[in-house]
Amino acid sequence: MSDTTQSGPVLAADGTPLKRSLARALRMQKLRALMLIAPLLIFILLAFIFPIADMLFRSVENRIVADTLPETVVTLKDWDPMSGESPDEAVYESLYYDLFVAAEAKEHTKLGTRLNYEHTGISSLFRSSGRKVDDIGKADVKAIQRSGDGELKNGALWYEIMSGGSSAAGDTDLLDGERTKLAQLTGEKFSGDIGFVPGAEISKLFPRTAIAYTDFALFTAVVDGDIVAEEKPWETVYVAFATEVSTDGGAANLASYTGPGADALKAAAAAIADLPPISFKEAFLDIDKDWGNVGNWRTIQTYSPEYTTGYFLNSVDLHLGADGVEARPENQQIYITLFKRTMIMSLMITGSCILLGYPVAWILANLPTRSANLLMILVLLPFWTSLLVRTSAWKVMLQQQGVINDVLVWLGLVADDARLVMINNQFGTIVAMTHILLPFMILPMYSVMQTINPTYLRAAKSLGATNWTAFWRVYFPQSVPGIGAGSILVFILSIGYYITPEIVGGTKGVFISNRIAYHISSSLNWGLAAALGSILLAVVLLLYWAYDKIVGIDNVKLG
Amino acid sequence: MKLRKLSALVATTALCAPMAFAADMADEMTIVSWGGAYSNSQNKAYHEPYAEKTGVKIINDESSNEAVAKMRAMNEAGNITWDVVDVVASDAIRLCDEGLAMEIDADEMLAPAPDGTSASEDFGDLLVSDCFIPQIVYSTTFGYRTDLVGDTPPTSVCDIFDLEAYPGKRALEKRPINNMEWALICDGVAKDDVYDVLATPEGQEQALAKLDTIKDSVIWWSAGADTPQLLADGEVVMGSTYNGRLFSLIEEQDQPVAMLWDAQVFDLDGWIIPAGLSDERKARAMDYIYFATDTQRLADQAKYISYGPARASSAPLVGKHAELGIEMAPHMPTDPANATNTFLYNYEFWADYRDDIDAKFQAWLAK
Repeated sequence: MSDTTQSGPVLAADGTPLKRSLARALRMQKLRALMLIAPLLIFILLAFIFPIADMLFRSVENRIVADTLPETVVTLKDWDPMSGESPDEAVYESLYYDLFVAAEAKEHTKLGTRLNYEHTGISSLFRSSGRKVDDIGKADVKAIQRSGDGELKNGALWYEIMSGGSSAAGDTDLLDGERTKLAQLTGEKFSGDIGFVPGAEISKLFPRTAIAYTDFALFTAVVDGDIVAEEKPWETVYVAFATEVSTDGGAANLASYTGPGADALKAAAAAIADLPPISFKEAFLDIDKDWGNVGNWRTIQTYSPEYTTGYFLNSVDLHLGADGVEARPENQQIYITLFKRTMIMSLMITGSCILLGYPVAWILANLPTRSANLLMILVLLPFWTSLLVRTSAWKVMLQQQGVINDVLVWLGLVADDARLVMINNQFGTIVAMTHILLPFMILPMYSVMQTINPTYLRAAKSLGATNWTAFWRVYFPQSVPGIGAGSILVFILSIGYYITPEIVGGTKGVFISNRIAYHISSSLNWGLAAALGSILLAVVLLLYWAYDKIVGIDNVKLG
Repeated sequence: MKLRKLSALVATTALCAPMAFAADMADEMTIVSWGGAYSNSQNKAYHEPYAEKTGVKIINDESSNEAVAKMRAMNEAGNITWDVVDVVASDAIRLCDEGLAMEIDADEMLAPAPDGTSASEDFGDLLVSDCFIPQIVYSTTFGYRTDLVGDTPPTSVCDIFDLEAYPGKRALEKRPINNMEWALICDGVAKDDVYDVLATPEGQEQALAKLDTIKDSVIWWSAGADTPQLLADGEVVMGSTYNGRLFSLIEEQDQPVAMLWDAQVFDLDGWIIPAGLSDERKARAMDYIYFATDTQRLADQAKYISYGPARASSAPLVGKHAELGIEMAPHMPTDPANATNTFLYNYEFWADYRDDIDAKFQAWLAK
């Protein structure tokens, strides 16, 4: 028997608490609503948000240096660029092994391009060095190959030495480490069985040689799809062995080595004993004297971290100099100028759209429907014409031998040799863009003005207001939401405009988007383009926020 | 593995014996080029005969001016939709650098000359990158309005900088390449020293200072069609553009314009094959390239546009324009009469200095 005055929760018909039951019903409704918008949501996420986020992420991402030269970045850390001297032998040695692998993977030129954005000349330095890096230590390579019975010329014995024979313990840590390194370098997966595991003994005695051989093995098996034991090892393997065995510890290690191919290795060591030790620094300076350039090394060092502020600094005319952040040389400063110009000109375009659009919208809203519709088509007609056609039409109109100048000369208002310059400057951009963006201003204004009741104006006038007072005090305030909506549309569209300024803007009438486009499609400096784009996006959001604070976004109406 | 592939191949060959040769090639290909008159010449000289011979469906894409950026994006997305791409040599070098283009062995993959000369010898120095198969030699040079220059038409590139003798606007490309070289030459730097000078900050300043003397009289173009339009409208007295564009302006559209070949800058345009194509598509692309770059085809293209064929063996085969019936040889940039004073685009230099000099050039433009 239930008590009507019970203090417990109200129950639904099926006995569950009403609150929960209601929540469930609502949840079902919400879920259904969500399912309805899901296609759009997923579409926007996949086609818009993710790509943009990915693009913006490039403005700080800088993994390419550490991925391509993993060891060099580490050894270079201790080098002091202020010393004015190029780094020591150890750095060049790391560079040799890194560059060799990178050149095999054809990744070194990408890094060259990347670093060339920061320091002129690195691009060709990497390209030419990548071609010649396999010549380093050539004498030692040849001597080892010729030593003994020439067995070390081929892959089979090397395979046996490096794997330590079929029953030997393997060093899987080393193998996995190299897998990760190569995967980061190439972006490919280096997983799976490659038919080779470096032997634990050899990798302890000659670690560098084991690493070089493992890289070779991974590359041969995964990238080329060949069998490791059948292929001749890379030059790095010979060079690594030659350097390691010529140290004091190396000779002792070799003496203690009893695994497969011990005799061949000893013969090889004897063959290179008379050769001068390999100097990687000299070898690199031989390839290109720019490897001794402190500026190049400082650039590599500065841009070794995985994330960089470099692109953002570049996009505000700064750069990472020797003493931290400093201004770019004056003859390279351009982005701040362009950002300012983009803002100012977009404001001017918005302003002229308001001035031209307001009367048109007013007439549209106050004409009888029939004539309003006709006028509306006139407003929309240019809207339906291709953007390029409209821009090119302005070229015909505005140029010095163009329609307007011809008419002015014909009327005698302008002398033939003093024709007006109305294109390839800011004026041209403002005129053409005002024309193109005008419908975006007129349409929101029109739809807001349509909702303004004409009786208010009549009432104001009947109370003694002049035409102007009636307009300014009664009509205009009610039309402000339309102006706000139109202005936001026009302003945001215009700061991102690209094609019109490119065609009619000349040099003084181009926007920041023209530089972004240049960096995306011509210089391929996507990081800088992303940084410029991020700043533009941040500025728009900031202005939107400011607008909300000052005018209030609730005051914006599209109709 | 190999055995299985082989047996599959044998099976397919047996199944479709009549078209055995085409069985492992794609029957559709996308060829990317520049559009306009240039694509048209390729259509006539290469695509149509090739499609007729093999029955392949050729899809044309006119994206060459953004080829590098688009190929990089395709590569990152892992979906390469292009089979053969027409690019300028500097872009080919970059695509090769980025690992986006396939490396080419000229002698193995390209047809030898009719007299048996190997392809690599026939193309000679024009094989400027491991991935690049040259097609044409074009030049960036000047055209001027014959009716606006008075009785003494310009004869030297330095007349561009002479505002007194040739008042009026000039059209120059909105990038440092070529303009900086011309500025230095006209500022008294010897032709052989230009790049040494341009490599120094002082040399760059010098070039910009020279350009500064005509800055107010320059209309900067960014599309190849701009200068012909500006010349036709009489907006500029003289302007630089690609020689083929000027040819069509002068000969096909009959405008009062003449060529100024002095200090023309040679550049190369040709094919690359994107890296990472599937085997069938790669085979098709290579088959097309073999066909389209042989001696006769390259000479055929010159019937439709005034760009010089890249093979030495094609030059004697260049004949008359297909529609106008005029001899094409005198309109080629490589014709001895035109090529008395020429430059070759310095790929290495600009690969290194492009970013640096462009930053300075753009900052100078915006000033």
